[in-house]
Order: sequence, then structure tokens, then C-alpha cells
Amino acid sequence: MADTQQATHPHTANDAHGHGEHAHASFAHPMAPRMLIGVFAALIALTIITVVAANFPLGEWEIVVSLTIATIKASLVVLFFMHVWYDKPFNALIFVSSLAFVALFLGFTLIDSREYQPDIEERAIEQVGTTEVAAPAQ
Amino acid sequence: MASIVEPEAAANHDHHGDHPDFLAHHFETPQQQYDSGKLGMWLFLIQEILFFSGLFVAYAVYRANHPEIFVYAHQFLDKNLGAFNTVVLLFSSLTMAWAVRDAQLVNNRGLIINLAITIGCAIMFLGVKAVEYSHKWEIGLYWASKFAPSTEHHGGGMLLFWLCLPFILISVALGVATAVSKQKKYEQGFRFYGILFLASLAFFVGVGCGFVVPAVMGSGDSHGAAHASHEGESEHHVLTAHADSVDAPVIIDESPRNAGIFFSIYYVMTGLHAVHIIAGVIALAWLLWRALKRQFQAEYFGPVDSVGLYWHLVDLVWIYLFPLLYLIH
Repeated sequence: MADTQQATHPHTANDAHGHGEHAHASFAHPMAPRMLIGVFAALIALTIITVVAANFPLGEWEIVVSLTIATIKASLVVLFFMHVWYDKPFNALIFVSSLAFVALFLGFTLIDSREYQPDIEERAIEQVGTTEVAAPAQ
Repeated sequence: MASIVEPEAAANHDHHGDHPDFLAHHFETPQQQYDSGKLGMWLFLIQEILFFSGLFVAYAVYRANHPEIFVYAHQFLDKNLGAFNTVVLLFSSLTMAWAVRDAQLVNNRGLIINLAITIGCAIMFLGVKAVEYSHKWEIGLYWASKFAPSTEHHGGGMLLFWLCLPFILISVALGVATAVSKQKKYEQGFRFYGILFLASLAFFVGVGCGFVVPAVMGSGDSHGAAHASHEGESEHHVLTAHADSVDAPVIIDESPRNAGIFFSIYYVMTGLHAVHIIAGVIALAWLLWRALKRQFQAEYFGPVDSVGLYWHLVDLVWIYLFPLLYLIH
């Protein structure tokens, strides 16, 4: 990586002297403009796709489709704009571990979330005295 | 941190074996300092992810239990404005990533330009958001405790004005600071305040876009589809327009019970996201100040990189907020 950067960016190579065996800022990973524009174009294309897809009646799949597209977009941002692709694996591990905890948080909460729903609905119907209270799906 | 480093002085210090001014005394090498800073930034970012995940869990639980409220409420969110703001934020992420590249390659001019564009996009995003909020408040779509949807418009343009007022004051202050700096021949201040003044005007561009985008796109098929799909459910539930077309009469005859809780979730999620945008603007302005002072060097671009990571995370949150809030059926 560092070698190719020196070749493509001569002015950075000038600064390379005097840093021992490390080439100039060996820890820098400048993204190629082509790559930046490419990632941006992909993100815009996915945004358009998700807006267009929202016009079709996909039923229950709608949330799956839109969140899948969002996750692809998020992956592009994390891997390239946030340099995780080129970064130390440890930083990626930290990031992914946080997602594991989010999944635990979300999963366990959702398992429990309907626990009191029947009581709530019963009480609401008592109070309103009508069937106006729409029963949730399921 | 290290005292202000003039370019010449920095060059003199930048020898092998010497301790450059930008390198804190407890670090051996610039790379060690950079890696430590980045590790710290990632730890901060996962804290941010976990912090936002609480809101996403609230959303998921409420949506799982009350899908009908989400179907009702999504009609008051303008998909086109949401998509427009998504593009604005994605573009700001591009310019931020480009600013990091410029910092790494010591292209100071490019760094300044890209930081300025990023700040402008961030402020423009807030301008669009101000229009969206004010349109909801006009028809009583507040958070749960104040939720009172009504067919009449309350407040008119005044609500938008109050949201704009802080930005008007900031723009004026920055304009005055620019003029004073110029008169006193304070070059650094003139450039700093001048760039921020121009960026602050992007707020009003955003407000303009908040009106123009729905006017051009709003009556298109996207809203028509939402309307049509809803008519099947109940005959008299006529929502002739969503909140973002001002002139059309909005008939909100029956909102589902506790519909206000959706708007509580909406305001907390987008509001906290907006707070993060504002914090990002302050961090970016700090980078701009330091870039104008030419403090970033080949081996010292960590601060640009860290703010970049933060900015991309703010973008990341919006990437999920957009489909979850705006693209519901």
C-alpha cells in the first residue's frame, strides 16, 4: 500500500526521508478519488433503489428489503469511508462486538415486549368502552 | 496539545529521532499516537452506537406492538425530503472522507475546501429538518404529551421563524466577525469566520429546499401510492395531504390511540441525531481553524481522521433512520 502511494503521490514521497525504515506516514491510507466517488455513487444508487422500492407493496418484506439496503449502505460507509477495510483488525473487532451487543439488546427486549400487551389492551378497551382500539397484528 | 506550530518551525522539528511538536511526550512515535487516538475514537463510537441502539430498541418494540400507528404516522413524513436529506448527508460524508485524504497527503487547500463543504452540508441538513419540524407542529403533531392533531394550521410561519432564529443570529454574528476581522487585517480570523459565514447561509438554502423539493416531487406518485393504499382500510380516513404541503387541507379525523408516542420516538431519534450534527459542525469548525493554521502534517492528521470517523457514524445513524421513519407502509 505504502509503495503504491509513493508512486502516485510524489510530494508525499518527498517527506519520506528521515523516518527510519518507515515510508512516509506508513499508517496513512489515502483513498483513491476513484474509490471515494465510486462508493458515493453506490450509496446514492442504493438510496434511489430503497425509495423506489418503498413505492411497491411488499407487505412484510418491505422492512426486510429496506433494512437490507440500509445495511449494505452502512457497510460501504464503515468499510471504505471509515477505512475499516484497511484498518487494524482490532478496531473492526471493537466495532463488530458493539453490533453483537446491540443484537442482544434488541433480541432480548423484543422477546419480552408483548408480555403485558394483553393486559394493556384489555384495560384500554375497558376505559374506552368501544372496539375502536384496533388490535395489533398477530 | 502542542503549542501552535508554524510551518517552518514544524519542518525544523520534523527530523528523525527528534520529538516533533505535534507528538505528545508520552508517545514514542507519531504512529503510536495516531493508533492510540484512533482506538480511543472507536471506543467512543461504539458507546455512541450503544447509546443510539436504546432508541432503536424503543422503536422496534413500539412498532412490533403497534404497527397501525406507524402506518398512520408515516403519511406525515415526506419521503422526498427524507431522501433529499439522505443525499445531502451522504455527500457530506464523501467530502469528509476526501478531507481525510487531503490531510493524509498534506493538501491543506483541499482540506480547507472539503471541510467547508462538509460544514455547509451539515447546516443545510438542519435547514431541511427545520421545515419538516415546523410543518408538523403547525398541525399539532407534537410529541405524546402535547400531541393534538388538528385540521387547522396553528402558528403559520412563526414556528419556522423561531427555528430559524438561532441560525439567523449565528449568520449575522459570523458576518460581523468576518467584517471586523477584515477591517483589523486579522487574516486567520477573516478566513475562518468568512468560511463559516458562507457555510451558515446553507441553512437558508436548506429551508428553501424544504419548500421546493416537496413542491416539485411531493405530489408525485410516491404520495399517491401512500394515499391509495390507505383508502382501502377506512373510508372516512381521508388524508388528503401530508404535513409538508402547506396549502392542502389536512383532515386528521381519527388518529390511532397513542399515535403521539410515534412522534415522541420520531422527535427524540431525529432530534438527538440533529444534536450530533451540531456537535459535528463544532468539531469540523475546530478542524477548519487548525487547518487554516496549517497544523496538520504528513504524520499528524489524527484529529481529521477522528472527526471523520465521528461524522461517518452520524451519517450511519441516518442511513437507518431514513428507511425506518420515512419509508413505512
